[in-house]
Amino acid sequence: MVENSRTPPLLAINNVSQNYGRGGEKGATVLDRVSLTLNEGEIVGLLGRSGCGKSTLLRIVSGLNHPSDGEVNYRGEKVVGPVNGIAMVFQSFALFPWLTVLANVELGLRAKGVSEADARKRALQAIDIIGLDGFENAYPKEISGGMRQRVGFARALVVAPSILLMDEPFSALDVLTAETLRTDLLDLWVEGRMPIKSILMVTHNIEESVLMCDRIIVLSSNPGRIAAEIRVTLQHPRNRLDPEFRQLVDQIYALMTRRPDMAKASPGAFPGLGVGMALPTVSTNTLAGMIEEVAAPPYDGKADLPALADSLQLEIDDLFPVAETLQLLRFAELAEGDIKLTAAGKRFAEMDVDQRKKLFGDHLLSYVPLAQRIRRVLDERPSHHAPATRFREELEDYMSEDYAETTLKSVTTWGRYGEIFAYDESTQSFSLENPQ
Amino acid sequence: MTQQRLIAFAHSRRASLPNLWDVAALILVFAVFVLMSYGSRGMTSPLNAPETAVLSLDYSQLPYYGLRTTLRMFAAIVVSLIFTFTYATLAAKSRRAEMVLIPLLDVLQSVPILGFLSFTVSFFLQLFPGSTLGAECAAIFAIFTSQAWNMAFSFYQSLRTVPRDLEEVAANFRLTPWQKFWQLDTPFAMPGLIWNMMMSMSGGWFFVVASEAISVGDVNIRLPGIGSYLALAIDNKRIDCVAAAVVAVALIILAYDQLLFRPIVAFADKFRVELTVSQTKSDSWVRDLFLRTRWLQQVMAAPAAWLHAASLLSLQWPVSTRQKRAPNPKIELLLDFVWYVVIGVALFVSLTIIVKFVRQGVDMAEVKTVIALTFYTFLRVMALIAIATAIWLPIGVWIGLRPRIAEKAQPLAQFLAAFPANVLFPIAVIGILRFHLNPDIWLSALIVFGTQWYIVFNVIAGASAFPNDLREAAQNFGIKGWTWWKDVILPAVFPYYITGAITASGGSWNASIVAEYVKWGDDTVSAQGVGAYIAKATADGDFPKIVLGVAAMSIVVILINRLFWRQLSAFAERRLRLL
Repeated sequence: MVENSRTPPLLAINNVSQNYGRGGEKGATVLDRVSLTLNEGEIVGLLGRSGCGKSTLLRIVSGLNHPSDGEVNYRGEKVVGPVNGIAMVFQSFALFPWLTVLANVELGLRAKGVSEADARKRALQAIDIIGLDGFENAYPKEISGGMRQRVGFARALVVAPSILLMDEPFSALDVLTAETLRTDLLDLWVEGRMPIKSILMVTHNIEESVLMCDRIIVLSSNPGRIAAEIRVTLQHPRNRLDPEFRQLVDQIYALMTRRPDMAKASPGAFPGLGVGMALPTVSTNTLAGMIEEVAAPPYDGKADLPALADSLQLEIDDLFPVAETLQLLRFAELAEGDIKLTAAGKRFAEMDVDQRKKLFGDHLLSYVPLAQRIRRVLDERPSHHAPATRFREELEDYMSEDYAETTLKSVTTWGRYGEIFAYDESTQSFSLENPQ
Repeated sequence: MTQQRLIAFAHSRRASLPNLWDVAALILVFAVFVLMSYGSRGMTSPLNAPETAVLSLDYSQLPYYGLRTTLRMFAAIVVSLIFTFTYATLAAKSRRAEMVLIPLLDVLQSVPILGFLSFTVSFFLQLFPGSTLGAECAAIFAIFTSQAWNMAFSFYQSLRTVPRDLEEVAANFRLTPWQKFWQLDTPFAMPGLIWNMMMSMSGGWFFVVASEAISVGDVNIRLPGIGSYLALAIDNKRIDCVAAAVVAVALIILAYDQLLFRPIVAFADKFRVELTVSQTKSDSWVRDLFLRTRWLQQVMAAPAAWLHAASLLSLQWPVSTRQKRAPNPKIELLLDFVWYVVIGVALFVSLTIIVKFVRQGVDMAEVKTVIALTFYTFLRVMALIAIATAIWLPIGVWIGLRPRIAEKAQPLAQFLAAFPANVLFPIAVIGILRFHLNPDIWLSALIVFGTQWYIVFNVIAGASAFPNDLREAAQNFGIKGWTWWKDVILPAVFPYYITGAITASGGSWNASIVAEYVKWGDDTVSAQGVGAYIAKATADGDFPKIVLGVAAMSIVVILINRLFWRQLSAFAERRLRLL
C-alpha cells in the first residue's frame, strides 16, 4: 500500500469479504476481498450478474450490513452503521405507502430533528429539482413507477448526502421511463445541481453502466471478486449508437462471458460442483425458444449476445442464465460474447416435441449431476420413491436454503419436461411413475 | 370486506403441531390462575361484597346502562391496545422473550376465558375491597381477555413481516427505535390490527354481557349495564325486558360500527402496502362528514400535529447504544443458559402449585367424569359446526356469487356475528321449558347460535372474491352440479371457510360454558358437558373443579386447533391459494 499524504478518498473499501454461514461455521463466500475507492466527482458502477454480491457490497457501504472481514471508511472514518452523508435509492422504491410524496421526502429530515418549517422548505426544493411539482400531496400508490422513483431520489437528495448509493434504481421501470429518469439524473449531475459529491450505483445492465458511469467495476460471481475495472471517458451526453460506445459494450459482454480460470473443472458458469451446483430458474420453454432463435436466420446457429439481448428485449440477468443453462446442457457454447449452438443444439431445433423431450432428458441425465443423482436414487430404491427433503437437505450442505430451493425447483421442472422422473406436489416426493 | 384482511386473520395463527413450548406455556398459564384463586380463597365467604347498585327494569334506564356497557368496552379495547403494543413488540424484538411469549399467547388464545371469570372476579375484588372498582376492573379484564390475544398476534405477525426495503430505508435515514416504531412498524401493522380489533370487538359483546352480572359462590355482582339488566330480567322472568335488551344491544353495536369502526377502516385503507389502488374502497359517511367540516378539522389539527411531533421525537438512550456491534457469542450463550434456567425453575414451581391445588379438591373419579363431559362437549361443538357448515356453505356461496345481494348480506352477517347470542338464550330456555324438549340436544343449538355467522361472512367473502375468469371458464366448459361444487367453488372458498370455522369453533367452546347451563327465573336447564360443569362449579364457588374443568377444555381446544384446524389451514394455504 502506498501511503498517501493527501486527504483520504471519499470512500475506501478495504478487503471486504462477506460469508453467509449458519451458526458459527463459515458458509459460502459472497464477496471475496473486494477493495475499491470512490473519489469526489465520479459515478462508479458495480456491474455484475445476480448473485455476484453487488447489492451486498452496496449495503455494506451504506452500513446496513456488516462485512465478515475488512472495513469501509467514509472520509477516513470506519463505517459501523448507517452514517449521515450516505443516502440510498432502492430498486423497489421503498416508499412509505401511508405517507404523501411530501411526507416521504420530509421523513429523513424530520427524523434528524430538523424543524417542521425548515424540513418543508428543503423538501419542496428537492421536489422541485427532481421534477415532482404538483405531486406533493399524492400518495405513492396513486403515481406511476417513474414518479415513485423520483420520490426515491428526492428523498435521498434532501438529506444532502455526499455519496448517493443506487441499487439498480431503474430496473423496476419500463424501458422508456428508465431512460427518461437516467437522462434527467445525468443532467442534474453534469450541471452540478445536486448536492452529492459522488454516486455509487449497482446495475446488471451493461448499456446503462456505459451510459452513466465514469468507472465500471465488473464483478465476477461466486465468489464476488473484482474481475475488471473499465474507465469510460466518453463525454456526456453519451450516444448509444456511437461506435466507441458500442465497442465498450461489446468489450464488457466479452469480459462477462469469459470463463473464469477455474472453469475447467466446472462445465457451466454456475457456482458449486457436481451435485452441489446451484441451478438458475429457467423454464424449458425459454430454453427451447432461445435455441430456435439462435438456430434461425439471421443468426444461423451463432449469435452475438448484445445483439441477441437487443432483439429479444432481455437484460443480461435474463439472458445469461438461459445461455449458460444451454451451455451446461451442451446445447450451446459461450465464448467472447457469442453464443454458438452445438450439433445437439442444432438437432434439437429441428425436432418435434417428443423427440425434443427425449433429447433434453438424455442431456439432463448426462450433464446435470443433481438430475443424475435423483434418477439413480429412484432406480436403486425398490419403491422408486424418494422424498424431496432428502435432496433438499443434501443441497443445503453446499448452498443457502434459498438457492437449494431454487435449484431443486429447476431440476424438478427440467426433469418433468425430460420425463426422467416425476414429482408429486402433495406428497413432496420424486418417483418414476408418470401418471397414466 | 376485502380478501386481504380476511386472510391476514388466518395468517395470524401459527400452523404447527404442539411442541414442548406449548406445554410449558399451558403450565405457566394455569399456575397463574391457581395462584389467583389461592389469593381469593377468602372470597367464597361473603367478605367485602361491594354494594350492589340497585338496578331497575325500567326501559328508560336502558340508555344509561347502554352507555356504561359501551364505556366498559371502550376501556377494554384501550387496555388491549396498550397490551398489544408492548407485548407484541417485546416478542418481535427480543428472541428470548419470543420463546416464551408467543406460545403463551397461543395458549391464552385457546383457553376458554369465560371459565376463568370467577378467578379474575375474586382477584380484582380483593385488589379493591369493598368498592365497585374491583368489579369494574374484573368486567373490563374479562372483555380484555377476549380481545387482546388475536390483536397482539396480528401485531407481532406484522412486525415480523415488515418489508426489508422499508426497514433499510429506516436504517439508512437513521430513525431511532421510537421513530421507527411509529413511522414504520405501527402503520405497517395497522390494517391487520384494525381488522383484528373489529373481530375482537365482535367477540367482546358476548363477554361484556356475561361478565357484568356474575355470581361466584355467595358473592353477587351486578354492575350497571345491559348485561346486568338482562340478568335481572331473567331473574324476574320479564320477557318484555329481554326483548328491550336485545333491541338496545343491537342499536349499540350498530352505532359502534357506524361511528367508530367504519371511519377507522376507511382511514386505515391508506396503510395498505400494495402499491396499486385497490378496487374496494371502504366508505364511511362519518369520515366523509368529518372531512367536510372545517371547524372540527381545525380543532383536531392541533392534537394531530402534536401526536405527529411526538412520533418523531428521537427518544434515545443517552449512551450511544445504537451502534450495534456483532454480539459476543460467548456472552450470548451464557445469557441463553441463564434464561433457560429461569424458565425451567418457573415451570417446576408452576407444576408443583397446580398438582398440589388440584389434588386437594379433586380425586381420580372426578377427573374421569370431566374427561367424559369434555368428550360430550367436543361432540356437540364438532357436530354443530358440521351442521352449520352444511347449511351455510351453500347459502354463503349463493350469496357471494351475487354481488348485489352480497353487498347487503355481508354487513348483516357481520352484525349478527357481533351480536351477543347469550342475550337470546332466555328465549330458547322458555321454548325448551314450554315444550319439554331434551336439553342435551336443544341447548346444543345455542353453542353455535352466535358463532355460525363467522362461517357465513367468511364464505360470502370467499365466494365474492372468486375470480370472474374462473367462473366463466367453468361455464364455458359446461361444468355443473356436483363437479362444479367439488372442483370449482369449494376449493376456492375453502381457505375463507377455514378462517371462519376456526373462529367459530373457538367461540363455540367459550359459548358452551354459558349455553350448556341456562337459567330462567328459578328454573335451570342444563346439558351434559364440560361447559355446564364449569358453570355449575362457578355458581358453587368450587375453585379446584373450575381449574380442572377449564384445564380439560383448554387441552382439548389446543389439540383440536393444532391437529385439525391448523392442518386444514396449512393445506388451504399451500394448495388452494389462488395465484
